[in-house]
Amino acid sequence: MRKGFTTKIVVILAVFALVAVGCDRGDDGDEVAQGNGDAAQAGGDLLQEVIDRGTLRCGVNETVPGFGFDPGDGNIDGFDIDFCRAFAAAIVGDPEAIELTPIDADNRFIALQNGDYDVLVRNTTQTASREGTEGVFFAHVNFYDGQAMMVREGEFSSIDEMGGANICVTSGTTTELNLADYFQQRDLDFTPVTFAENPQLQRAFIRERCDGWTSDRSQLAGIRSAWPDNQGGPESLAILEEVMSKEPLAPGVLDTEIDFGDAINAVVNGLILAEELGVTSRNVEDLAADPGGNGPIASLLGAPVPDPEGGEAVPVDFGLGLELDFMVGAISAVGNYGEIFARHLGPNTALGLERGINALWTDGGIQYAYPLR
Amino acid sequence: MASSARSVRPPLWRDVRVLRVAGQVAFVLVVFFVLREMYLNATFQLGQRGRDLSYDFLDSRAGFGVKEHFIDYSPNNSFWRVFWVAVTNALAVTGVGIVLATVLGTFLGIARLSPNWLLRKIGQGYVETIRNIPALVQIIFWYTAVILAIPRLENSISIFGFAYISNRGAAVPTLRGGADFGPWGLFVVAAVVAAFFVRRWRTKIFDDTGRPHYRFLWSTGTFLVVAALGYVVLGDAFTIELPEIGLRNLVGGIQVSPEFAGVLVGLVVYTAAFIGEIVRGSILAVSKGQKEAAEALGLRPSQQLRYVVLPQAMRIALPSITNQYLNFWKNTSLGFFIAYPEIVNITRTMTNQAGHELEIFSLLIVIYLGVSLAISLFMNILNRGVTLRGATR
Repeated sequence: MRKGFTTKIVVILAVFALVAVGCDRGDDGDEVAQGNGDAAQAGGDLLQEVIDRGTLRCGVNETVPGFGFDPGDGNIDGFDIDFCRAFAAAIVGDPEAIELTPIDADNRFIALQNGDYDVLVRNTTQTASREGTEGVFFAHVNFYDGQAMMVREGEFSSIDEMGGANICVTSGTTTELNLADYFQQRDLDFTPVTFAENPQLQRAFIRERCDGWTSDRSQLAGIRSAWPDNQGGPESLAILEEVMSKEPLAPGVLDTEIDFGDAINAVVNGLILAEELGVTSRNVEDLAADPGGNGPIASLLGAPVPDPEGGEAVPVDFGLGLELDFMVGAISAVGNYGEIFARHLGPNTALGLERGINALWTDGGIQYAYPLR
Repeated sequence: MASSARSVRPPLWRDVRVLRVAGQVAFVLVVFFVLREMYLNATFQLGQRGRDLSYDFLDSRAGFGVKEHFIDYSPNNSFWRVFWVAVTNALAVTGVGIVLATVLGTFLGIARLSPNWLLRKIGQGYVETIRNIPALVQIIFWYTAVILAIPRLENSISIFGFAYISNRGAAVPTLRGGADFGPWGLFVVAAVVAAFFVRRWRTKIFDDTGRPHYRFLWSTGTFLVVAALGYVVLGDAFTIELPEIGLRNLVGGIQVSPEFAGVLVGLVVYTAAFIGEIVRGSILAVSKGQKEAAEALGLRPSQQLRYVVLPQAMRIALPSITNQYLNFWKNTSLGFFIAYPEIVNITRTMTNQAGHELEIFSLLIVIYLGVSLAISLFMNILNRGVTLRGATR
């Protein structure tokens, strides 16, 4: 009995000690946070962490053709995936050093906050509350989208005819809120049928459980393009013209990771700028070696920039924590913005989207990069 | 030594009474510090991300619609309101489902003990299949393969023109109270009282003279006559509202959505399998002598079951059935996958629109725990009510 008793005392004391230590950590933690605040925001080392790790982890979609889609063999590809490759090429130097984590709409921000991945490139709309409450920092918009309504061909020609309809929508998206607002503004009744994921929604839509399917126009275009022939194929569906809301899709990172966010932002801008300057995956290596006196191109590619005063040409370091030629690897891997768009979303793909407002500002669209200098 | 033993106290660190109390105190302190540590850690981590722990968001406008709700709701209501919409939705399916599952389960349990070979085998097949397939799979099956496969709205199945079933919902006629609905309610109460007394009168006649009482027919007849009388006298007691096929949905009557039906049918079928086994075990647990004594008294097998065996069996089954009720309540969370707006579904949307995952999670925990405890409490009261007096616990 004495032996058992001593064990009990030791155990209780040990637990006490652990708890006491734990308590101290809680209080010290506040001081540590303030200490870091001098150097950068609390917890701002993600960029260095990614560089050291040598791999970039991206949160992506695997159910939207064109943007992030798994055709069934486990190789997820799409518009957003190419951006992930570009980020990897720029930050760690290898476009294939990526870990793709498919994530659904409900969990994407929680997973980002938990550090399940570094950057979210998953056709995510930039909104004020996501920046505020969810703590997401959005880089430059990589696709200007809008919310639209898809219906069975011939049933409706305009959303105004859809009073009282059942509308299928996925939960946890801006789509849900916009749907409610849009119909309320027009004094139309509707019944939202809210699913967790697209596959179940699609089954319900096929069985005519609902009259309309609302989501981003690009998503709907992708889904329509892949509509099975035994259900009527793409011609049996129509995407109505009305734009229900603005959906600027942008890559997102934690807003406590300023350096990392700046790097991501620079890459997106760089890809758009490359198209503006005529730098493509075919000529990027040559232009990097010899920019031919073009200052902006030299700046972009990390080549020596001619000095207007006639002094020595030096490459520009933007102070982002990246290699000087970070854009070269990115552009040679996936091409400039126009090439990425054409490869996954353009008129020659199943989605067949026009550049529309995603064209460069010099071509009538609104894609406008900040100068990299 | 013997005479002084009682007056000598052992040293504190060996005194059992002191140690017992010290142990309890130590345990309480440990629990307290662990909880405090969790709280501090949470606020610290959130603070690092520039966010705070607060429930104020519950007053903000929700902004999203919910397709079925048993309490009034519009997208302009607050998050707090929509949370309660979710809770009432889950409670509704639980309330109805528990009753149906118990009835079905009891029949199932009795069927498995039937002398009829076919009934026994059907019961066995049912239990063995249903018990071994996950509840989620069953719910999705019922919804996708059965309910969504029901004809579309324009081709709704019509039941004599009174009720309709389509894959957008089912609707049955309902009463719409007119101006005299209140007074008619008094007539209904009077009808119930009259029926009660008629039943007593007929039973008395049976006791006194042995003539068959037919008391059920008499009392039901009385009830209907008085209620009809009330309807005729008052004029505008109620109207019968028949459902119709509308443009996009069924219109009128009491409606059941396909999602509600999917969760209900899926969980009732699933839980009934377990309740069936519990009932079967409880019937077998009633001592054989009871059945034999009942038989000796001349009761038919159905009467033996109804008056002697089943009441005792249900007493034994109560604690296990309570478990199944709690499972039913928690399994309503699976309704998320078929778009039923229950608690998990709506809190997921709330999290995405408002953030504050930790606070919303705490609400989730509290509500599931709270209702589970309430169900347990109620069942325990029931249990105590039927426990044999003087029985060992």
